[in-house]
Amino acid sequence: MPDALRHKHLLEAADLDLDDATLVLDTAAQIESALAGREVKKLPTLRGRTVVNLFFEDSTRTRISFELAAKRLSADVINFSAKGSSVSKGESLKDTALTLEAMGADGIVVRHSASGAPHRLATWVAGSVVNAGDGTHEHPTQALLDAFTIRKRLGRLEGVRVVITGDVLHSRVARSNVRLLHTLGAEVTLVAPPTLLPVGIGSWPVTVSYDLDAVLPTADVVMMLRVQAERMNASFFPSAREYSRRYGLDADRMARLADDAIVMHPGPMVRGMEIAADVADSARSTIVEQVGNGVSVRMAVLYLLLGGNA
Amino acid sequence: MPEPQRLLTADDVTRVVDRMAHQLIERAASSTTEGDGLSDLVLVGIPTRGAPLARRLAARIEAFTGTPVDVGTVDITLYRDDLRTRGVRALEETRLPDSGVDGRLVVLVDDVLFSGRSVRAALDGLRDVGRPRAVQLAVLVDRGHRELPIKADFVGKNVPTARTQQVKVRLAEVDGEDGVTITDA
Amino acid sequence: MTTLLIRGARPYGEDAVDVLVKDGVVAAIGTDLSSTAETIDATGLVLLPGLVDLHTHLREPGREDTETVLTGSRAAALGGYTAVHAMANTDPVADTAGVVEQVWRLGRDAGLVDVVPVGAVTVGLAGERLAELGAMADSAARVRVFSDDGKCVADPALMRRALEYTKALDGVVAQHAEEPRLTVGAQMHEGDRSARLGLTGWPAVAEEAIIARDVLLAEHVGARLHVCHVSTAGSVELIRWAKSRGVQVTAEVTPHHLLLTDACAEGYDATFKVNPPLRTAEDVAALRAGLADGTIDAVATDHAPHAAEDKEVEWAQARPGMLGLEQALSVVVGTMVETGLLTWREVADRMSVRPAAIGRLAGHGRPVAVGEPANLVLVDPGARSVVDPAALASKSRNSPYAGRELPARVVHTLLRGELSVRDGKVQE
Repeated sequence: MPDALRHKHLLEAADLDLDDATLVLDTAAQIESALAGREVKKLPTLRGRTVVNLFFEDSTRTRISFELAAKRLSADVINFSAKGSSVSKGESLKDTALTLEAMGADGIVVRHSASGAPHRLATWVAGSVVNAGDGTHEHPTQALLDAFTIRKRLGRLEGVRVVITGDVLHSRVARSNVRLLHTLGAEVTLVAPPTLLPVGIGSWPVTVSYDLDAVLPTADVVMMLRVQAERMNASFFPSAREYSRRYGLDADRMARLADDAIVMHPGPMVRGMEIAADVADSARSTIVEQVGNGVSVRMAVLYLLLGGNA
Repeated sequence: MPEPQRLLTADDVTRVVDRMAHQLIERAASSTTEGDGLSDLVLVGIPTRGAPLARRLAARIEAFTGTPVDVGTVDITLYRDDLRTRGVRALEETRLPDSGVDGRLVVLVDDVLFSGRSVRAALDGLRDVGRPRAVQLAVLVDRGHRELPIKADFVGKNVPTARTQQVKVRLAEVDGEDGVTITDA
Repeated sequence: MTTLLIRGARPYGEDAVDVLVKDGVVAAIGTDLSSTAETIDATGLVLLPGLVDLHTHLREPGREDTETVLTGSRAAALGGYTAVHAMANTDPVADTAGVVEQVWRLGRDAGLVDVVPVGAVTVGLAGERLAELGAMADSAARVRVFSDDGKCVADPALMRRALEYTKALDGVVAQHAEEPRLTVGAQMHEGDRSARLGLTGWPAVAEEAIIARDVLLAEHVGARLHVCHVSTAGSVELIRWAKSRGVQVTAEVTPHHLLLTDACAEGYDATFKVNPPLRTAEDVAALRAGLADGTIDAVATDHAPHAAEDKEVEWAQARPGMLGLEQALSVVVGTMVETGLLTWREVADRMSVRPAAIGRLAGHGRPVAVGEPANLVLVDPGARSVVDPAALASKSRNSPYAGRELPARVVHTLLRGELSVRDGKVQE
């Protein structure tokens, strides 16, 4: 097992090989047990380091999760939201990057509506860049926390059968999960109407199905992706009702799952559309613990990227 | 490449651990007004080798007295002051007894006492998990060259060394065999 | 006018000869010509007719911060060109006789290459009604190529009318083949990479569907059609099929589509964002084969200068397009000559003769022969150099070849017997 990650940035799940990914998950587990039951949930590890949360897209839950993770490691945290800042006045990503650079940011956590924005940012700054979701590309820390959650619940990842259902085409969560879960030895099946699967999916290390009912009985994990109702306006599917009937996870479908199978959702979820309320609130659901796991995993990522020589 | 010189054999290590266990029993008894004080004692190992050493001491204490002793570990990596210069490293386990450390006698256990920086990090870590009645320090080898005002309460063997020499403790649980060696730089 | 004796040049890479240029024409070709005129030692250099570009964006009027007719002319001359077609998507759009004449005059004033304006097919490139094509054809600029390039003439009825109408002008519609409804928000070639990179795909079918439609329209109305920047294997197939049916269709390919693939998008460096997008290695191979067998008639640069602030941004926000004039010949030599796919004579055909014929340019694309206009380029085929964007004559720096080693170097360029480039330096 290596001591450090191979890459300086975390831009996409492919930046992590099996050793790297395992290191992050193990580190998150150690951090979690170190902090378990403690009154002072704070570690001095990143004292004097500055982490900038650079959010060009609203995402309160992800920003708060990163903010909490950085603060628990004693880093100084600056929240830089595009709204009301110089960015909304037309400042370019590059100029913003150079400004942050001049302020001495050791780490930049970036959320952006454009795929690849974190990659560009990484070429302009000296600090480490963590992708907190870019366009329809990737969201690697979400995949890490999902893997962490699966490992905690099922005790393993190797050979675990994960079904991911929903708007794969537009989902950064799906892209990161496919790559990371494959790296970790899980078997991924993607289920969606063909309109919501990208052309070129044939090169992904997954099985593709259009039939949710057929794959549910053998699934260990069902991960539901958000489906935006607006998609039906572009004819990705005829109506929310038809989508829900064919691809939604309701109580009937849940009953077809194996006894110990779990249901995941990256949030925010659309109850009634892709997931029924009684499924979201069932004992199978990991939706709430995914949030807590997110902080541990992001602490692990920040520690591994920023703890050493920056 | 200089040859390592043996400081302690496997038998020596066993004998030293036994002696330290006896000292801990005495200290526990003398630090309380009722009973043997062992229920008050928590041995907290500093990974990597402090952790099995703490477990061994606990096992010997139980063998000599018939009383089990609480054991834990506290990983100091996230408290280290040399991460920037030496880089990050994988974390090791932190596990404390369910009954906690508040109001108890905590004895930190490590294999080698050198600069004292590991012990300082462990004290910082301990501070965040609770408020012990007292914290003491047990080490298998004290090789000198302290960089902080830290002193061990229980020492298996004092070894005068040059700063450049390397002292290496090997324990069966981690290394497959017991022994302590010193190597010239 | 200048008299020049070019010694030891190899026309079309063949046997070395001396060439006497006098009064703007080739006055004599032979061995051991003697003259009191200035002599250029061209030993080892390949002599070709001056190159003709069917597809250049000079950005003037409107975006003079990125290129002007003058700076673009310099880049063209350095690339071995003696004529370039200036695309119509300027601001204002070149959709009137007034604008095309303005561009034409700016080119004449620069005097380094013949700047031949392209006229817009539709008013304001809006794709709604025809621009005054006849007025542009009759103007001093003598427009023969009409294009809404950057936008597709998507309305099939409008495209039919444009094809029909230009027949009377001896003109040609150069179509930017892109079905707009299939490329909403498109960022890169739709395939394995777009799926992984999360960039909206630009499917090959969006180009091929328009080409299929347009060759049938051209056949139906008996008009000439030119297809801009063909980028897919399927497009090559369609054009080959159309030509076999006798459709009057011609096509061009860009240097970047002959060399680069969608792998360039990996780092999200928008220098590599272009429309149509860089495609797969299979497409590149089909384009090279199509150019080699003549299915694709011409290499055209689609030279598209952009400011740094339009390129050093998020991929989706960046403008599409890349520089091409100064490296086009080098890329063709590397991808087509050094690979044995084209002879030098065929390079002259694809980069000079046929584009001049498509654009109806009388004085260009002529053979290297006595009595012909002395529009010539001398190339050092053995030179190799690494492209440094900072050293380019273009006002912009968005070269996709930055840091790449490319073969061949344009040494001298002659426009009607006058050196526009001497020893790799623009002569003004």
